[in-house]
Amino acid sequence: MENGLLKFISCGSVDDGKSTLIGHMLYDAKLLFADQERALELDSKLGSNAGGMDYSLLLDGLMAEREQGITIDVAYRYFSTEKRSFIVADTPGHEEYTRNMAVGASFADLSVILVDACHGVLPQTRRHARICAMMGVRHFVLAVNKMDLIQYDFRQFQKISKSIRVLMSDFDYDTLYVIPVSATEGENITSQSEKMPWFHGEPLLTYLENIDIRTQAETPGALLPVQRVCRPDHTFRGYAGQVAHGNFHVGDEINVLPGGSRAVIAELYRADQKVEEVHEGEPVTMTLDREIDISRSDMIVRDYMPRISFLIGANLLWMDDEPLVEGKNFLLKLSTATVPATVMRIRYKIDIQSGAEVSTDKLVKNEFAFCEISTGVPLVFDSFGVSHELGGLILIDRVTNSTAACGTVEQDLGRDKNLTWQQLDITPKLRENQMGQKAFTLWMTGLSGSGKSALANALEKRLFAMGKHTMVLDGDNIRMGLCSDLGFGSTDRIENIRRVAEVAKLLNDAGVIVLTSFISPHRQERRNAGRILGNKYLEIYVNTPLEECERRDVKGLYKAAREGKIRNFTGISSPYEEPEHPFMTIDTTGRESDDCALEVLRRLGEWL
Amino acid sequence: MDHLDTLEAEAIYIMREVAAECEKPVMLYSIGKDSSVMLRLAQKAFYPEKLPFPLLHVNTTWKFKEMISFRDRTAKELGLDLIEYINQDGLARGINPFDNGAEYTDIMKTQALKDALDKYGFTAAFGGGRRDEEKSRAKERIFSFRSASHAWDPKNQRPEMWKLYNTHLHKGESVRVFPLSNWTEKDIWQYIKRENIPIVSLYFAAPRPVVERDGNLIMVDDDRMVLRPGEKVETKMVRFRTLGCYPLTGAMESTATTLDEIVEETLGAVTSERTSRVIDTDGGSASMEKRKREGYF
Repeated sequence: MENGLLKFISCGSVDDGKSTLIGHMLYDAKLLFADQERALELDSKLGSNAGGMDYSLLLDGLMAEREQGITIDVAYRYFSTEKRSFIVADTPGHEEYTRNMAVGASFADLSVILVDACHGVLPQTRRHARICAMMGVRHFVLAVNKMDLIQYDFRQFQKISKSIRVLMSDFDYDTLYVIPVSATEGENITSQSEKMPWFHGEPLLTYLENIDIRTQAETPGALLPVQRVCRPDHTFRGYAGQVAHGNFHVGDEINVLPGGSRAVIAELYRADQKVEEVHEGEPVTMTLDREIDISRSDMIVRDYMPRISFLIGANLLWMDDEPLVEGKNFLLKLSTATVPATVMRIRYKIDIQSGAEVSTDKLVKNEFAFCEISTGVPLVFDSFGVSHELGGLILIDRVTNSTAACGTVEQDLGRDKNLTWQQLDITPKLRENQMGQKAFTLWMTGLSGSGKSALANALEKRLFAMGKHTMVLDGDNIRMGLCSDLGFGSTDRIENIRRVAEVAKLLNDAGVIVLTSFISPHRQERRNAGRILGNKYLEIYVNTPLEECERRDVKGLYKAAREGKIRNFTGISSPYEEPEHPFMTIDTTGRESDDCALEVLRRLGEWL
Repeated sequence: MDHLDTLEAEAIYIMREVAAECEKPVMLYSIGKDSSVMLRLAQKAFYPEKLPFPLLHVNTTWKFKEMISFRDRTAKELGLDLIEYINQDGLARGINPFDNGAEYTDIMKTQALKDALDKYGFTAAFGGGRRDEEKSRAKERIFSFRSASHAWDPKNQRPEMWKLYNTHLHKGESVRVFPLSNWTEKDIWQYIKRENIPIVSLYFAAPRPVVERDGNLIMVDDDRMVLRPGEKVETKMVRFRTLGCYPLTGAMESTATTLDEIVEETLGAVTSERTSRVIDTDGGSASMEKRKREGYF
């Protein structure tokens, strides 16, 4: 096994024959156990391939995959030839399962992208090539498959070959090999095809056995991300991690980032062996000559200065069902650091078909974008091109815990010189996104005793349970404080409502959902509130009949009004002007508040 | 770094991530060769500290006698914090592999495992599973997420990029972690040899009392094994490629009595290792996935 391990993936669009290609390769190269071969022959008989061998069954191991005849998730296979050990990840072609394809790509040194000879380069081919390039794959094989279906036509192959080279010119890579194959017929897989004498290159397996994947790139200095602190007793304090790149020797002076403390390496252990030096990839535990405060997520470096900032620019692949909007909060994991982070701006997304940069404020599943991300604490990072360790990241949704995105820190460092705090305007939209909600004001109007306050309270409980940020404004918290200088005359009543509307607007701008319950009997004052709040003003007419309100008479006010003890009482001695076009009307007679609240929630629909 | 060094480093990295990020980890210890390798890797990962988590052995009470004595010896020598869990209810009901078939595996292994994890509130459990063992395992993530009812949803696995493992869980959920995911059977044997790791002697060929049953050679390990009509006990030179419950584990005829001979036999093997596990094929080619969905390791 002179050539070492090769980790590669097979990818490309649906039905381009990825699993079949790998399955056939394993079968032809006699890399299967007898029982696996037997099971394959048995399974094939039951399958759809008209009793012929269905090589894809070797890899599509999930029940749902066999039922649907598609690949859903990555399958890993391990095999060796005389020349080399291989791990191959067979990845799904459906757009729906793009994130699983990306999982495979993140692990690979080389990518075999299949192109159907009948269809040529498809959008999914472009997407997969882009994901591979983004995830750090440097070596590409573009296998033009199903050559049997186009009668092994040289001209057609040449045409597709040309469009492949155009496609790949968008990306940075070390090697590219374009090869015509037939996965079902086994042409150019493990041996030279006799059907295509015009092709003089090596068959696929031979090429994979021989390719040199050792990186030519200059490696940066030494980096040990601290995974955990090893403290068996008070005499030993070691920092455990895997050397990301470079070497460390006992006696080296090191720097600890982001803090910047310095120390000298006292001892080094490679796993459980005490050694003088450690190298890239090795699991180590390091002790230092002095006590400094180091914990998980700190980076120990020697002759290497990554960047430290609150703000990074990264290419993201969005993988969540929920779209990404600016201002949304996440946990960002980069190397051993997990920090709170906010996507401040989606600078542009990539159009898969043309590769063009398109401006947007929203990203949906399987889209790529360049984003500006701010972190709650200073982050030690580097561009992915310099350090995979400090340039690869994932975003974790704080509510669902799902891995919502993966990304790489932008290679062009000159670019993030433009990233400064001053440029970022914290808009109401950003605040809303950060809180994960749309802000609005539910303006409840109706007679005294109609049930406005009870409804507002019931609604707030429901909204709160949904994780929404809310605030109720009613007579109690407004009249006692903000409007304690106002009386009940008509001018003061108008001023009272104006102030309520202004406060609601401020709260809405802060991203908060506001529920107000004021009688607000006059159209003019409601119209005024609507003008202040704009399209966030949603009027709810609590239309409980006067008789019912009077029957309830919770505060004894109706009785007092009827006895003439209160003047200008709405509904008795002063008119209530019914809303002309309320957002909704609700009658609370004989209903539980919570029941009414649910009805309002249903009406709110997309506001929530 | 050679191939084994790379695999070792990856496993150690995974174990340290779990110890650093997961609230209450445990290591499943099945006494087999993979568990032995996993245990050695854990000792290396945390050296000079002791393991920062306990070991859990789910005992079906039908393991080979030799496995149990090996387990107890190992725990004592290495000073391990070993928890043994037996499904007492199943035991009282007399559930056994001869009369109860698939139900036996469900009650004494899967259910017992789930009960044990719930009882101690473990949030992360290391298993020695490898992707080369079986087709549904080949699809599983290294950090394999489980719902509060321990179910695996193979259609909706968390993306796992580079080595950025997302260990975040809601209350009640857990994660199964497979540090040996990328090892093959051959790697395991070569590592055992390189590191001189002690393993149960059942892996080495010796004359043992066996009966031929349903195409498998089953070892008569104690007098609970009831012979079917026509079956007779013969002494054959056999060894085991995997170890589990003795009535469900087929032996192979072999003369390999040293690690070198075992490695040589493995390299030239014409069948995969799990052919000798009755449990895998009981229920069709997808039976492992079904068990895993229900919480089996």
